[in-house]
Amino acid sequence: MQNIRNPISQRVMKISPSGIRRFFDLVSSIEDVISLGVGEPDFVTPWHISEAGIYAIEKGHTAYTSNYGLLELRQELSRHLKSRYSLDYDPNSELMITVGVSEALDLALRAILDPGDEVLSAEPTYVSYMPCTILTGADFVPVPTTVENEFKVQAAEIEKRVSGRTKAILLGYPNNPTGAVMDRAGLEQIAEIAQRHDLMVISDEIYDRLVYGVEHTCFASLPEMKERTIYLGGFSKSYAMTGWRVGYAAAPAELIEAMLKIHQYTMLCAPVMGQMAALEALREGEDAVKEMVMEYDRRRRVIVKGLNEIGLACFEPKGAFYAFPSVKSYGLSSDEFTERLLVEQRVLAVPGSTFGECGEGHIRCCYALSLPAIEEALERMRRFVRTL
Amino acid sequence: MKEILEILEKDARLSAEQIATMTGVPVSEVKEAITKAERDRTILKYKTVINWEKLGQEQVWALIEVRVQPQRDVGFDAIAERIYRFPEARSVYLVSGAFDLAVLVTARTMQEIASFVAQKLAPLESVLGTVTHFLLKRYKEDGEILEGEEKARRLPLTL
Repeated sequence: MQNIRNPISQRVMKISPSGIRRFFDLVSSIEDVISLGVGEPDFVTPWHISEAGIYAIEKGHTAYTSNYGLLELRQELSRHLKSRYSLDYDPNSELMITVGVSEALDLALRAILDPGDEVLSAEPTYVSYMPCTILTGADFVPVPTTVENEFKVQAAEIEKRVSGRTKAILLGYPNNPTGAVMDRAGLEQIAEIAQRHDLMVISDEIYDRLVYGVEHTCFASLPEMKERTIYLGGFSKSYAMTGWRVGYAAAPAELIEAMLKIHQYTMLCAPVMGQMAALEALREGEDAVKEMVMEYDRRRRVIVKGLNEIGLACFEPKGAFYAFPSVKSYGLSSDEFTERLLVEQRVLAVPGSTFGECGEGHIRCCYALSLPAIEEALERMRRFVRTL
Repeated sequence: MKEILEILEKDARLSAEQIATMTGVPVSEVKEAITKAERDRTILKYKTVINWEKLGQEQVWALIEVRVQPQRDVGFDAIAERIYRFPEARSVYLVSGAFDLAVLVTARTMQEIASFVAQKLAPLESVLGTVTHFLLKRYKEDGEILEGEEKARRLPLTL
C-alpha cells in the first residue's frame, strides 16, 4: 500500500476506530467470561417465526423482492403502525423494508444530508450515529445528556445548538446505551423546535416495544410531525431477530423515494426469507413479544437493584435492555474499570466512553441474559468493587 | 399472584426475595402468596426434571390406552381412581377419541410394565381393553428439550 497516494478517503479517515476492539482480543483469551457487553436478545427467534422463514425457502422464495420490500409485509406493517401508533402510512409509497434498521439509518442520513449540514443528536450516542453522519460529509453535533435527567435529551440543549447549518435532529429512544425513554412532553418540546427551525427528524425506534411500566411515544405520531419525520424501526429487538436483518423506514413518499434510490443501487432488497419471517412476526408474534418483555422486565429489576446494592449507582432505565450505572466513585475511568473488571473477575461490560464523552464515568451493562448469569455477574462485580 | 406462580413454574428454586425483586412486589406479599398457594394445593409440589438417561439408568415408560365402561353415577371417576392409585401410574388423563383413559406408566423393565398391565390393569372390572405403547425416545420433557439443542451463539461484544 505504501506506493499508493492517499488510499483511504478523507471521510473514512475522519471516523475513529472503535476503542473497544482490544476488548475483543482480551475476551477471547479469557475463559468463562460472563458478557454484559452484548447488544441483542438472548432469546432465539420464536419458532413459528423461524419456521415461516424455513417454509419460505422450501417453497422456493429465494429471489429478489421489490426494492420497497414485499408488498404483503408493507401492508401488514402499515396496519401494525396504524393500530399501535394511529399512524397512516401508505404501503405503496411511504414504507420500505431495509436490511435491518442500520441500513435504514444510513439511507435516511444519506438521503437528506449534504456536506456541511449539521445533525443534532444526544450523547451518549449509539455508536453508528456519528460515523454514518460523517460519511455523508455532514457534521455530527452532540447534545449532552446527563444522569440527572435520566439521559433524556433536553429541548433547551438542542435549541442552543441549532445553527443555520442544522438540517436534522436524530433521536434514538428507547436508548442504547442508557436505557432512557423520552416522555411525551419532552418529545413535544423537540417537535416544537423542529417546527420552528424547519428541521427534519430521524427517529430510530428499534427498541419501541421494549419499555417497562411506561408508554412509548412514537415521534411521528405527534401533531404535524409525520411530514418531517423519518421513522425507523425493525424486527431485531422486539422479536429476537437480529440475525435476520430486517428493518424498515416510514416517511412521506418523497423521502422514501429518495432513500429508495440509494437502496436500489446498493442493497436491492432485504433478504426475502427474512421478510417472510418478519411477516409472520407481525401477524402472530404479539404473544412472544409480551412474554419476552415481561422476562426482560424481571431481569431489569434484578440488575438495577443489584448494581445499586454493590455501590454502582444506577438510575432506573425504562427501556431497551441496558443498565448504565455510574463508576465515578471509584476513581477509575470507565475504560480502566471495564478492563480490570474483565481481567480480574471475568465480567465484560462496555465502557461508557465508547458512546461519547458524556458516557464517561458509566458502563453499559446489557441484561439480556439469563437470571442466574446476571446474578453471577453481580456477585463477581461485587467482589471486584470491594478490591478498589 | 399469577405472575409469581408463572415464575415458580419455570424455576422452583427461586427464593421469595428473588421473586420480589423480579416482580417489584414486597417480599412479605410474595411469601404470603406462595404459602397460600401451597396450602390450597394450587402449588402441588416442587420437583426436578431429570434426564435419567445420562446416568445410563434403565427406566421404561409406556403410554397405555385404556377403554373402559363408564359406571352409573360416578362415570369415569371411579375407574380412574382405581387406576391412579397404583404408584406405577404416573399420570392419568381422561381423553376424548378412540379410547377413554390415557395412563403413563413407568417401571424398571418392560417385563414389569407388561405384568402391571396383564395383572393389575386389564383384569379390572369395566376395563374393556388396553393398548400399550412403549416410549422409545424422549425428545422434550415438560417443555425442556433433552438433547441436541444448541446454545444460541452470540458475539460476546456488540454495540
